[in-house]
Amino acid sequence: MTFDAILEKITARFPGVTFTKGETKPDPFIALPKEKIVDVVKYLNELGFESLHCISGVDYPKTNTTEVVYHVASFQHRTTVCLKVILPRGDGQSIPTLCGLYRGANWLEREVFDMNGVTFEGHPDMRRILCPEDWVGYPLKKDYVTPDFYKGMPVPLYFADQGEAGDPGQPSPAGGGH
Amino acid sequence: MATLDTEQPLAKHQATENLRTDELLLNMGPQHPSTHGVLRVIVKTDGEIVKAAHPEIGYLHRCFEKHSENVDYMSVMPYVDRLDYLASMNNEQGFAIAVEKMLGLEVPRRAEYIRVIIAELQRIASHLMAFGTYGLDLGAFTAFMYGFRDREMILDIFESVCGARLLYNYMWIGGVARDITPDQVRMIKSFCEYFKPKIDEYNTLVSYNKIFIERTRDVGVIDLDTCKSYGLTGVMLRAAGFKWDLRKDMPYSIYKELEFDVPVGNGEQGTLGDCWDRHIVRMREMAQSVRIIEQLIDGIPAGPSRGKIGKVPKPPAGEHWSRTECPRGELGFYIVSDGSTNPYRVKCKSPCFMNVATLNDLSHGVMVSDLIATLGSFDIVLGEVDR
Amino acid sequence: MSASDNLVLTTVDDVVNWGRVNSLWPLTFGLACCAIEMMATGAADYDLERFGCGVFRATPRQADLMIVAGTVTLKMATRIRTLYEQMPDPKWVISMGSCSNKGGPYWHEGYHVLKGVDRIIPVDIYVPGCPPRPETLLEAVMLLQKKIRVQQNNAKAFEFVRGVPA
Repeated sequence: MTFDAILEKITARFPGVTFTKGETKPDPFIALPKEKIVDVVKYLNELGFESLHCISGVDYPKTNTTEVVYHVASFQHRTTVCLKVILPRGDGQSIPTLCGLYRGANWLEREVFDMNGVTFEGHPDMRRILCPEDWVGYPLKKDYVTPDFYKGMPVPLYFADQGEAGDPGQPSPAGGGH
Repeated sequence: MATLDTEQPLAKHQATENLRTDELLLNMGPQHPSTHGVLRVIVKTDGEIVKAAHPEIGYLHRCFEKHSENVDYMSVMPYVDRLDYLASMNNEQGFAIAVEKMLGLEVPRRAEYIRVIIAELQRIASHLMAFGTYGLDLGAFTAFMYGFRDREMILDIFESVCGARLLYNYMWIGGVARDITPDQVRMIKSFCEYFKPKIDEYNTLVSYNKIFIERTRDVGVIDLDTCKSYGLTGVMLRAAGFKWDLRKDMPYSIYKELEFDVPVGNGEQGTLGDCWDRHIVRMREMAQSVRIIEQLIDGIPAGPSRGKIGKVPKPPAGEHWSRTECPRGELGFYIVSDGSTNPYRVKCKSPCFMNVATLNDLSHGVMVSDLIATLGSFDIVLGEVDR
Repeated sequence: MSASDNLVLTTVDDVVNWGRVNSLWPLTFGLACCAIEMMATGAADYDLERFGCGVFRATPRQADLMIVAGTVTLKMATRIRTLYEQMPDPKWVISMGSCSNKGGPYWHEGYHVLKGVDRIIPVDIYVPGCPPRPETLLEAVMLLQKKIRVQQNNAKAFEFVRGVPA
């Protein structure tokens, strides 16, 4: 099944919804409004796209958007389709969860939340997954600044003005000796 | 039988009701010999029966995606190595193929041959490791020693080819870093000769061992629906009886010219998709990998081993999602390029990430020791789960 | 004691250190890639057991050598500190690989990587490499043994030998 055939089928199935074809090379994508993502993925499942492979968040400060990218793969058609929901950038964006359709979506969505700060409405367990729970900020946002300390441990190898972090004169708070 | 019989939950339930103890919250890991690294599983147990197991990951989160945004495409390769450190070559191949597709670059045939040979060797090494550590998890130390002995031979070949034992940085974008010599070809050939009978030996020693079968059959059963719901790939999917291998079904590189079988689980010792099936699929895949290497090793075409490519590759703006078949499943890279020398975004979708996520579903009502057997059969690598 | 028996004169320090040198029990503690090389060191080809150092213990309470093999992340760092504190004295630490020495390849953008395990626990031997070869780890173990061999033990620790408090 070619990309255009998929787009045609989806457009026919959901009249009145704007599906935009993104002409990126080498892989095109389908951009759709966030309200429709659950229905579209469900419909794709009926078409034979049975496997949700990946959910990624991409941050674009230039256009002031955050994209949530879904890759849904099919065994029988031997292809993958890329769906995109484009959200405005900023804190507290949200998007409906796919946990009702795919159990694998749980962790994938938690990772997007952890890294890009997009919340998923209706997610049963919206916690951080990779970073510790008390972590501040969303690391894969382009304007993320690495913290200087975490729980008393210096994070950067060198501080810009003072040489190596944790050197004598700057006793490491958690350090010890024999 | 190790698992509670799910056919008759009532009878079993009544039998244990009088003996009910308080629930105990058990912390398995992050430092635990059978979690294969720094996975933490919060296990809720009632006596020896597991009520729930919640995997907690992130103890090896090394910021791969952030790093790859800040270095150029070539320099991402060493970080890719460190994702799945038991199958670095396969990871490199996956990333190289993704970037080459974005560049529209044709790789010389000699390089493709070398890549596939090396990748299949790495697959054997990785499966040997899985075989060894799975034995270790189940209390068979011999398997570990045997697995490592043969793995060392492959590492010797790799060392001769690229100079490193574990993290290679060998497959570059556009080809391979160094050509292989006739001496190395001889080494690979003699390894194949040596290794072929070993697989049968290991099957006799471990796979068809009565104790091993009793520990693994009917344990940790993952059916096809669960596989699809979780997006599982690779060995997990094939052990559930679904014949799907990217090398066969969506061939990349030169795989479509090769002859090999895709072993699937068939519920030979118990239920379809149990731990034993996953183990035997790995064992059989090793034989197929040897078969692939033997088809290629004599006919490596002459020519350059690197394509014509500048020092700093610069893919045009665009994006690409690529998947390759790694020993643990399908490794996906979603690369967004803005036309500069550094990737704008690299998302790595690792197969183990999804494998670990299934653990909670499989843990209800099993014994603690079965949880270990299940976890071991996933063959997880935490470097890839946490990235 | 009859005259035919042999008699060896030595110091308490030497005897105790001799025992410690030849029965270093490492903690089964693999973090990342280096752990694979650590396992390879313990497996068939390199056989760490030859140096009296191959009895990997699963619990810190029985171990006296911690080989920090791999990248230490901030989430893991507090656990490592706990594990170190759980180990009985005397205890030694080998920092294996660039990551645990100084952050390794993750030093620049590694917002979640601790740049050197010596920021949380004291380290005796640093092993360079990414990952170090098994031979390098073997040398580190031998170096540590050299260090232990000449260690001056605290007199207080040997009260039981003399029977009187120091």
